[in-house]
Amino acid sequence: MSKILELKNLSFVYGQGTPFEKCAVSNVDLSIEKGELIGIIGHTGSGKSTLVQLLNGLIRPTSGQVILDGEDIWKNPKEIRKIRFKVGMVFQYPEYQLFEETVYKDIAFGPANMGKSGNELHDAVIKAAEFTGLDREILSKSPFDLSGGEKRRAAIAGVMAMDPEVLVLDEPTAGLDPMGRDVLLSQIVQYHRKRKNTVLLVSHSMEDIARVADRIMVMNSSKLVMFDETKKIFSHSRELEKYGLRVPQITKIMLKLKEKGYDVSDGVLTVDSALSQIYSLLNREGKIW
Amino acid sequence: MVRDVTLGQYFPGKSLIHRLDPRAKIILLIAYLVIIFCTFNYLSLAVVALFTAFCVAFSGVPAKFYLKSLKVIFVIVIITSVINMFYGTGDPIFEWGIIKITVNGINRAVFVTVRIICLILASSCLTFTTSPTDLTDAIERLMKPLNKIHFPVHEIAMMMSLALRFVPTLLEETDKIMQAQKARGADMDSGNLFQRIKALVPILIPLFVSAFRRAYELATAMECRCYRGGVGRTRMKSIHMKKLDAFAFTATALVIGGVVLCNIFLPAAL
Ligand SMILES: Nc1ncnc2c1ncn2[C@@H]1O[C@H](COP(=O)(O)OP(=O)(O)OP(=O)(O)O)[C@@H](O)[C@H]1O
Ligand SMILES: [Mg+2]
Repeated sequence: MSKILELKNLSFVYGQGTPFEKCAVSNVDLSIEKGELIGIIGHTGSGKSTLVQLLNGLIRPTSGQVILDGEDIWKNPKEIRKIRFKVGMVFQYPEYQLFEETVYKDIAFGPANMGKSGNELHDAVIKAAEFTGLDREILSKSPFDLSGGEKRRAAIAGVMAMDPEVLVLDEPTAGLDPMGRDVLLSQIVQYHRKRKNTVLLVSHSMEDIARVADRIMVMNSSKLVMFDETKKIFSHSRELEKYGLRVPQITKIMLKLKEKGYDVSDGVLTVDSALSQIYSLLNREGKIW
Repeated sequence: MVRDVTLGQYFPGKSLIHRLDPRAKIILLIAYLVIIFCTFNYLSLAVVALFTAFCVAFSGVPAKFYLKSLKVIFVIVIITSVINMFYGTGDPIFEWGIIKITVNGINRAVFVTVRIICLILASSCLTFTTSPTDLTDAIERLMKPLNKIHFPVHEIAMMMSLALRFVPTLLEETDKIMQAQKARGADMDSGNLFQRIKALVPILIPLFVSAFRRAYELATAMECRCYRGGVGRTRMKSIHMKKLDAFAFTATALVIGGVVLCNIFLPAAL
């Protein structure tokens, strides 16, 4: 494994030198391995969106460095556009970025900017549409005629089509129906597994994050307060509550059982694994019939 | 970033100028703008410039922001003063081909420069120290007499305050859309004029779409709350003239008097 992203003492202040000065990210230090799926959680306003915008050079750090593949992304500010193709970024509510006449053209905007054309461009668009579950017929529609969920998929496909090494998604499932959330999330995970790229996922849904993330970053009032494996993070339910977060409900139930003296492991993340643990517990105690 | 535009930005504060009645500020600014252009000799110009410096110093807004608003008009100032320099009358003190520079021309250039700078500083002083809502409130009150001739004062004032209200929102939105398109590799900082205009399309279309959506939503929300225009509406915050305003009027009157006296008793420089 090799490091793909490294943040060194990274800070960002909004509106520096005005009465509205606001430190949104302060002194963040971390490194991310190639091929990881990282979850980012934190209370609203804790600086998650700001942190991820620093990663592809959309905003310039007030101090500190962002190191991508061993190189500071701001070493050569003229080349910052190249960084944006390496670190793809899907914003919170990305629907507003749609502008072309057809969905197809809109998805092609990113890869075309990279210099792709002809068959290569066509393949990129079709593959991205497949990953996000957009039908062929939708591709020829105007993006403004789509439903909210379809717009979201189209916008995400527009970034996936650039095939970035690191894909950052800022709350991709916010405001979707429960079914839509699950499907979109699995599509993102499938994309991650197939392409073997690095994915950073910001989400307010602990259940979603618990299901898919390898490691989790916890942000609290502009600071990175925890960064560890998913299981370990969710075994600290007290600490998470202090930051205005909670553990997934199923994890909480299992923690309660453990407190009561039952022999279950802590940091259970999904209903399925909880089920198998309880099942084997009952089996051992001979209570299964 | 787009939101660094300072023109028309309000800086909350408690300075002397902040505490003035917004109506007083508008009337005084208008009187002041007239008097700037009635300065005909250096002493009166100095009086006006000093008064401007006084207002700027007492507004409690960092000088940096005044400089920023001056930066916008820097080129205009340079061009107008240079043009003025060449159009002076009288005997040339310097001649080179068709270019003639006269004492009168130099005087003109100085006057134009100082006048424009004072104008911008004074107007910025008003917008920096008065919140947009106070400003439109004051304009509505000042224009009230026009109601008599069936001029829709309230409607105009409401439109103005809505427009002002949405300036920061739309700037923020522009910023967001620009970021999103940049993240998809949109290149807005290079290429020829045509390419640059074309690069604006991915920003303008989503911006218009969302501006229209916001307008519809706002209209619906206002109707839901039974908005029906100005008839019978009362205000939550009413504004009153105070001692401080009387003081400001006196100070401005003194400056105007000073300028008039200078003009009467001293020879004109122009
Ligand atoms: N453009 C901006 N200008 C000034 N301050 C900002 C700007 N964007 C965000 N902030 C401030 O920075 C802080 C962090 O904002 P950020 O958007 O990163 O939070 P977040 O963790 O993404 O929140 P959420 O979960 O609600 O999306 C907030 O306090 C916010 O008020
Ligand atoms: Mg956010």
